[in-house]
Amino acid sequence: MSPISRRRFLRAAGCGSLAAATAAVLAACGESSAGTQAEAGASAAAAPSMVQVTPPDGPIAGTILVDGSSTVGPISQAVAEEFQKQFSDVRVPVGVSGTGGGFKKFCAEETDISDASRFIKSSEAAVCDESGIGYIELPVAIDGIAVVVNQQNDWIGDTITTDELKEIWAPESEGAVMNWSQVREGLPNEPLLLYGPGTDSGTYDYFTRAINGEEGASRGDFTPSEDDNVLVQGVSGDAGAIGFFGIAYYEQNTGVLKALKVDGGAGPVFPTTENILSGKYAPLSRVIFIYVSTVAAERPEVQTFVEFYLKNAANLVGDVGYVPLPAEMYNLALQRFTTRKTGTVSALDGVTDTPNSVLQAWKAGA
Amino acid sequence: MSAQSTAAIPSADVWRPSQTRRRWSGWLFYGLAVFSTLMGLVMLGALLYDIFTDGAREVDWHFLSNYPSRIADNAGLRSALLGSLWMLAFTAIIAFPLGVGAAIYLEEYAPDNWLTRFIQLNIANLAGVPSIVYGLLGLGLFVRWLELGRVVLAGSMTMALLILPLIIVASREAIRAVPDSLREGSYALGATRWQMVRQTVLPSAAGGILTGTILALARAIGETAPLITIGALTYVAFDPNGPLDIFTVLPIQIFNWVSLPQKEFHSLAAGGIVVLLVVLLTANSLAVYLRYRMQRRLQ
Repeated sequence: MSPISRRRFLRAAGCGSLAAATAAVLAACGESSAGTQAEAGASAAAAPSMVQVTPPDGPIAGTILVDGSSTVGPISQAVAEEFQKQFSDVRVPVGVSGTGGGFKKFCAEETDISDASRFIKSSEAAVCDESGIGYIELPVAIDGIAVVVNQQNDWIGDTITTDELKEIWAPESEGAVMNWSQVREGLPNEPLLLYGPGTDSGTYDYFTRAINGEEGASRGDFTPSEDDNVLVQGVSGDAGAIGFFGIAYYEQNTGVLKALKVDGGAGPVFPTTENILSGKYAPLSRVIFIYVSTVAAERPEVQTFVEFYLKNAANLVGDVGYVPLPAEMYNLALQRFTTRKTGTVSALDGVTDTPNSVLQAWKAGA
Repeated sequence: MSAQSTAAIPSADVWRPSQTRRRWSGWLFYGLAVFSTLMGLVMLGALLYDIFTDGAREVDWHFLSNYPSRIADNAGLRSALLGSLWMLAFTAIIAFPLGVGAAIYLEEYAPDNWLTRFIQLNIANLAGVPSIVYGLLGLGLFVRWLELGRVVLAGSMTMALLILPLIIVASREAIRAVPDSLREGSYALGATRWQMVRQTVLPSAAGGILTGTILALARAIGETAPLITIGALTYVAFDPNGPLDIFTVLPIQIFNWVSLPQKEFHSLAAGGIVVLLVVLLTANSLAVYLRYRMQRRLQ
């Protein structure tokens, strides 16, 4: 932590005494802080240098409302943080109402940008169409889902196949597949304990579609939690546990968890950055998005922010535990934004949320 | 009956007080009571120890004066602390006059009829409604219908609804505790009802009313669910500059840090809890002090 300058100390002392103060004093303290953002930015030595962007016409100001997926939230927060250092008159608050909750607000014109850990659904798109909100779909990063077991679990080896995962998680397995010996020939007679994200999360939606073939279809007798740290604790506490969540949570807990290689038919693949980026770690890696409203995209501050987002995402997503897209995709995404290309590529047949599939769809003129 | 009464008179042993057993049950009860008291204290102590060992070293001016950041070392909770204080101030401005006014009406003016009893019953019930329900009400009423948006004022109004029943109940208790002799004395000196309420009842009840209000506000500052429901934001890196500005609050900031994968943010969350506890304890000790001062002045 950097030493505290005299000026900062005095300012902070002034704000600290607020605890017992009135609203009037609060206001005074709030105002005095307007010019401090640049100073705070200068002291953040750890921050890498950002790609600068120039607003289309002159200085920008205003508020850009971002809401949506809690998976994408940390990326938008990181971009907002750097953006506000450069443009201190623009305020970018970020909410995490979940992908579905975010789209509800987005299509009601309550937000400008919606974070989404999956494609927009046709039912959600219909609401947007009805209220006359166009949306520009822009991928910002790749998220891999790690399949993890307890460190004492030495019987499983280091690989699990997608068929075995389906055997474990399928709706029919509820109450039936309760033991590791049922998962694979030769596994010991150990109870099987399941942990996974709650049914509202995009990660759950994605996993069930990738493994069980239908979104939201899975057995119900697993321990769900919206807080991935709870899942980490659960899996690390039970010898017979298996769970899944975003790789960021595995990478912060490699000491207590064991991630498995996933074999989707093309051999076992470990969820490393390289394998996720190259698309080898299939089917458990996916592209995550932001959706920009065409109404908001007319505002210069939103234009500048989205441009800043796509140019700096590659730098920032690693900081918060995700894998950046190939540079080509950011360039093409920027091009889609400048030409205001609306709609979703998921409406096309056979397009999935792997980077390659999205890229091919774009190149085919979507 | 008759068979019993004619039975042989039991020997005197039966009537001898079984000293040992009675003593033992006495000790047992004493033990249980002490255990119950200690249980709460030990839990609180363990919680405080855990939080302070994790979080106390995070709390410094840097932490209080900086905005949240993806880099844990740079992160602070300035916007959340200011958001909480703004919301608290407006919650107090809205809830205090309404709550005390309702209590005065119910205790001093309202006739004792079915309507009054119906209102009283409903207020008592409202105090037990889960906070998320108030959040949904606030979302529908203030955010959507009044079109306030997700601003401090909408949060304050929702919180005011949430704590109104608590303030009303506490204020009524305090007003009821004022002896009738004082009221009659006031009337005897020619005071009107309003003068009596203003000059006799309210000063006597002020300690209790303020204590109740501050404890209710302390509850409001720790509530998260209603604010998440009305859509308070998670990441805010600017100071809210008025009641009509968007905001975040301490519990939401803490929740956000806890749910991040990196361990450093979990320590920051503990630091945030320390700040929240300090704000809460400050409010509570203010309540104790005010009550003490009011009581002394009356004597």
